[in-house]
Amino acid sequence: MKTAIFLALLILSLWAILACVSPWLPLHPDQVVLQAILDVPGQSYLLGADDLGRPVLDRLLVGAKTSFWVAAGVISLSLVSGTLLGCTAAYLGGWWDRVLVMLLDIFMAFPGILLAIALAGVLGPGIGNLVIALSLVGWVGFARLARAQVLSVKCREHVQAATALGSRTPRIIVRHLLPLIAAPLVVEATFGVAAVVIAESGLSFLGLGVQPPESSWGSMIRDGVRYMLVAPHLVLAPGVALFMVVMSVNLLGDYLRDLLDVRTLQKL
Amino acid sequence: MPAYLLSRLLTAVWVMFGVASLVFFILHWVPGDPVEVMLGESAAVADREALRQALGLNLPVVEQWTRFLTNTLRWDLGESLYYQQAVSSLLAQRFAATLELAAAAFLIAVLIALPTGILAAARRGRAADLTAMGFSLLGVSIPNFWLGPLLVLAFSLGLGWFPVSGRSGLLSLVLPAITLGTGLAAILSRMVRSSLLEVMNEDFIRTARAKGLPSWTVWLRHGMRNAWLPILTLLGIQLGALLGGAVITETVFNWPGLGTLLVESIQRRDYPVVQGCVLLISLCYVAINLLTDLLYARIDPRIRLGQPE
Repeated sequence: MKTAIFLALLILSLWAILACVSPWLPLHPDQVVLQAILDVPGQSYLLGADDLGRPVLDRLLVGAKTSFWVAAGVISLSLVSGTLLGCTAAYLGGWWDRVLVMLLDIFMAFPGILLAIALAGVLGPGIGNLVIALSLVGWVGFARLARAQVLSVKCREHVQAATALGSRTPRIIVRHLLPLIAAPLVVEATFGVAAVVIAESGLSFLGLGVQPPESSWGSMIRDGVRYMLVAPHLVLAPGVALFMVVMSVNLLGDYLRDLLDVRTLQKL
Repeated sequence: MPAYLLSRLLTAVWVMFGVASLVFFILHWVPGDPVEVMLGESAAVADREALRQALGLNLPVVEQWTRFLTNTLRWDLGESLYYQQAVSSLLAQRFAATLELAAAAFLIAVLIALPTGILAAARRGRAADLTAMGFSLLGVSIPNFWLGPLLVLAFSLGLGWFPVSGRSGLLSLVLPAITLGTGLAAILSRMVRSSLLEVMNEDFIRTARAKGLPSWTVWLRHGMRNAWLPILTLLGIQLGALLGGAVITETVFNWPGLGTLLVESIQRRDYPVVQGCVLLISLCYVAINLLTDLLYARIDPRIRLGQPE
């Protein structure tokens, strides 16, 4: 278990570092070399070339950047907005809470990926729209979790004490409620990263996400499927990268869940 | 029971109303003129006006909204811009294929997950458990748009056992169903394991053991029967994910269901069909959740007789 977590952290750090430094790496993801078309790994490039003669490794690294920043953007946006909405609704109660619960009920009646597909399809392709579409789906889980957690702790004595001492609502939420409910939110956010990485690639696979010449692991898989017999590395390379990142995140999520002792957690 | 049933039904009706409204407004907030988006910038003014009339876009938003809702209630979802055919009949043609795929995937998932989960729980901490949970982690982490092509590479192109794509008989169903079912099987087997382990700590299990019942009776009749409840809830939620995942899996295998229709229609900007697909899939999801809740109440008298929630 220890080695598995170590490996997972190693893979995730590599992912994050590559995503951050890739603008300064000498990458040529769009360089078309006609002689290299469908080259197998090791022939002209380390991981071969795709159907247009572009280096697979360079495109893979750009794909790492795409998935990392989309995941970072979507998770931070939906974590902050969802937590804020869920906390305030649960703490204040009244009509605000009822409106939120109604909204949550409606959003949860859509299978998440379906709503994301519809939103991405309507908003049009591109990384910005992708982040918007996935955040519009992602906030729901955090809001629901934050609301349930705050409901269960808002009547504790220290909150009453803070109220009696005249603390204002924002201060109570940030100082007295958030620390108590942080653990399950952290675990949910970790699993959320896996879901977003898969969703980003999935939408790009459907042609609704990242557009050429930008690259995403999902669109690399889609483009590679046509050449699967002659050049299986076009499907294998991005798939392995995607799979390793997602599995590392899931391992980390399991580990955090046990570590922080978060029990009844419902995955969306 | 009637009160509980009624309140659940009312919630479901309300949620469907919300879903339909959300679908309506998503398409209304499309940046730009929908008619221009649908027909392209070069369309003649008369054509645009005709389409605008046909879609009722000249009316005030509230009126369009109520019209959309009442039409939806009569299952009149408008006409496809591409097929020149009623959306409802298009959906009807495609629905069976999706249902077939989802049912097969569900069956595969349950057939894999139940024995695996029970075995893992019974052999907790030993090699069988670790192997099962390792496979479960793999299953959760493998995206179906990658698993699908891998299966095709191995079993269609390599071994030639199954067709590469399309829907032609039982053989063509195998790979799509495995692709779609793997994720559910993985999550479900974990849930069966953890739920069963929790139940096995209960007093009545000790009693059953003390009575000298055979081990499998204790596990299956006393343990599994009580472990069903959390599993059912999860199943309801996960079936939605299954329906959503079907969209991608269908695209991988060119399976002629609602998912491929949805993706094609998005690419063709055939928005009435997009609306119809999203509505129908969500409707199924709401219905499934309602059913699981009712089933839950049926299985567990505590919910039926006590206060809901």
